[in-house]
Amino acid sequence: MTPALRARRILLLHGGLALLLLLCQFVLPDYHHTNFVSIMVLAVYALGYNLLVGYTGLLSLGHAMFFAAGLYGAGMGVHYFAWNPVVAFIAGAAAGLFLAVLVGLVALRTSGVAFMIVTMMFAQAAFLTTLYFNDVTHGDEGLTLTQAARSFALFGTVIDLTNPAIRYNLAWLLLAGALAVMLLVVLSPAGRVLIAIRENEERTRMLGYDVRRYKLAALGVSGLLSGAAGAAYVLFFGYVGSSFAAIPYSIYPLLWVLLGGVGTVAGPVIGTLLMFYLIEIARDYSSSYMIVVGAILLVLVLFFPKGIIGSWRARGQGWIP
Amino acid sequence: MSLGPHLLLAIMEGTVSAFVLAVTALGLSLVFGVMRIVNVAHGEFFMLGAVLAWWLTSLVPEAPFWGFMLALAVAPLLVGTIAIVADRFVLQRLNYQPEATIVATIGLLYILQQAVLSIYGPEARPVVAPINFRIVLPWFGYSGYKLVVVGAAILLLLAAWYGVTRTRFGLIMRATQFDGEIAQAFGIPVKRVYAAVFALGAMLAAAAGVLVVPLQQAHYLMGLDPLLLSFVVVIIGGLDSLKGTIVAAFIIGLSDGIISVFFSPTLAKIIATLAVALVLVFRPNGLFGGKVR
Amino acid sequence: MTLLAVSNLARSFGGIQAVADMNFTLENGEIRAIIGPNGAGKTTFVSMISGRVEPSGGSICFDDIDITGLRSWERVRQGIVYTFQITSVYRNLSCFENVALAAQQQLGRDLPFWRHPPRAALTVAVEMVLEKVGLLARKTELAGELAYGHQRLLEVAMGLALQPRLLILDEPTQGLSESEIANFCALVKEIGRGATILLIEHNMDVVMELAHRITVMSNGRLLAEGTPAEIMANIDVQRAYLGT
Repeated sequence: MTPALRARRILLLHGGLALLLLLCQFVLPDYHHTNFVSIMVLAVYALGYNLLVGYTGLLSLGHAMFFAAGLYGAGMGVHYFAWNPVVAFIAGAAAGLFLAVLVGLVALRTSGVAFMIVTMMFAQAAFLTTLYFNDVTHGDEGLTLTQAARSFALFGTVIDLTNPAIRYNLAWLLLAGALAVMLLVVLSPAGRVLIAIRENEERTRMLGYDVRRYKLAALGVSGLLSGAAGAAYVLFFGYVGSSFAAIPYSIYPLLWVLLGGVGTVAGPVIGTLLMFYLIEIARDYSSSYMIVVGAILLVLVLFFPKGIIGSWRARGQGWIP
Repeated sequence: MSLGPHLLLAIMEGTVSAFVLAVTALGLSLVFGVMRIVNVAHGEFFMLGAVLAWWLTSLVPEAPFWGFMLALAVAPLLVGTIAIVADRFVLQRLNYQPEATIVATIGLLYILQQAVLSIYGPEARPVVAPINFRIVLPWFGYSGYKLVVVGAAILLLLAAWYGVTRTRFGLIMRATQFDGEIAQAFGIPVKRVYAAVFALGAMLAAAAGVLVVPLQQAHYLMGLDPLLLSFVVVIIGGLDSLKGTIVAAFIIGLSDGIISVFFSPTLAKIIATLAVALVLVFRPNGLFGGKVR
Repeated sequence: MTLLAVSNLARSFGGIQAVADMNFTLENGEIRAIIGPNGAGKTTFVSMISGRVEPSGGSICFDDIDITGLRSWERVRQGIVYTFQITSVYRNLSCFENVALAAQQQLGRDLPFWRHPPRAALTVAVEMVLEKVGLLARKTELAGELAYGHQRLLEVAMGLALQPRLLILDEPTQGLSESEIANFCALVKEIGRGATILLIEHNMDVVMELAHRITVMSNGRLLAEGTPAEIMANIDVQRAYLGT
């Protein structure tokens, strides 16, 4: 396949996926309309997670801390300092990046299972910190942002983030942007190096690459996307609480990415969408709906490790990034 | 209460939790040591022990002592059976590949926890202590059952130590730990050893859960704390050192008790988790594990 | 002119002295073979030169600069390239991608790490190297699906794409057929026109054909050094290694 043909197919697949999500807003009933905003924001989180797990081969069990860094970075700014939502969003994304680099400087000395446990421990410490500073964060109970605080003026027009249509399109913009970032990174020479690190770290080092620096950069971008998702989440839904920093929020992205396809660009979006509704449906039937999370995790690891897009790619569709 | 008695109380509470923790962590440490896998569902085995203890004692409401003895005997066996099933149908199929196993045991964690939620419910339920006497100190009264917990934990630790160092099974286990392939070549049924070790680890956690339930009540979410603390202990103690695990359990148990009494339990946990992350990064063989792999 | 000068290099693993007190120099443009019985410390020795193993004593100078403290990937950037004894290609990537990873490093060496060489220059460089080792026709095949001999060639191609000044080949002909070996020797001679080559090799025919000089190691130490003819005539070497 020529590079030009491959580029066209990649554009068609990912552009098509984005376009489909954009058009969904005109047919979705209110309830699902709101759900899709959640899904698109969480998919950005999944994309960020996948950059580290799927493309660099570093399995993190503590990504909730980066999501929460964005959530609290933006949420606290709006609540206590009345930041403009745009400023709060940038601050939240920056908080994710900053924390990721900080954690990376320490945690990237390990790999494999030790990296999983170290990230899990750091995330647990971050979660407990949100509980410890209860006076500021209000812990589990959390904080609600007012409608007034969630609107801002841009070039003379007021943009109200509680307005469903605005919210949907901004969430879509964020997701489309994140998809574009992922494609740019993954298809770039730098992405090639990340994949090489995943495939054979020692070989990559012996090709002259400073592997630690690439890993740190991957973790940084991963944290940035996770933080951006967290910041968008609090601005769109107006609530910030400790539960977003707890262990399940580190497990969810793993589940979304595994279901959609580890190391694929489109997979995490599809995984997030399917998993979101699976959990929603299970929630209607039983209060112990989290059993779905456990069962699907087990089934994926045992029988379907490549996930949806990954399995498609393995059937002779090697062009899929 | 003045500082002295306060500290005494903290140390006594810390000692009890240190012993319970040592038993739980020992199970995790055995599984890691022999099978080289991290069992994230370990805390759920602890929780299952506690919940099964509630169920078993409720079968004989008229005789709390015998009910409790029944729980102490039967709950670990039931949990061990669950562990064997999990080993056979999940871990073995994954060939004990370390990263896939962690993901699978996370799945197991949610399945066990949510199954308990749907069958047993969200309530925290108390279990009556098998014996009922209080030690009266000048400053505070102290439940005598806590001494029973300490005694039983010591017995379990001694039994585990004896089992690992003095019995034939212990020898087989250590051979497998040293090198699974060579052990296989010498005719050791490695798969069966793995199943037995995984079950043994789960049973230790379950026994700790049974011991703790009269002090703590049984609840479906109670597995998380022992899991995290066991990680802390096993990592700080050195990943496959029995002695290190027990020493670390004391350090963590006591400091947890003392910091919790004087400051806040949350702060204690933040310090412990950060400490463990840093130990794992900078001293991957633990503070007490001397040997380099 | 001396390219590589090693003095008093040593390394022990848990009390066992793998390499002891090695002194060694390599002239620019030379093809040098290191031979010696299994366990003589050959791989440990070249691993210290490439930076994969840290020495417990001694120093290494490359092009008159002390590189003892440099990390392995920094040495690659200085031009010291190591090809693995156990074939270590990226099995799930195509031949093109494998070589591109090496070429991209070489071409982008002076750029900051987030910037990379232009795509066209990269393609040219990769195809040139693949042509040289005879794998151009297989550029889209997955490395893991190549025949063993081709994988070895790919490994060398990755080394070549890094434009080495010193290329270390660790038992490159192991597992190759007669005709593949002949091909390989021609390739190494060709590479030898542009780079200095350090070769660990068991096959004495290959050694005799390629090497300008031979270094013999035994028990972690230097046993003898000389031209192929001198080494063949050396009694110590015959006793320790050739077994005659």
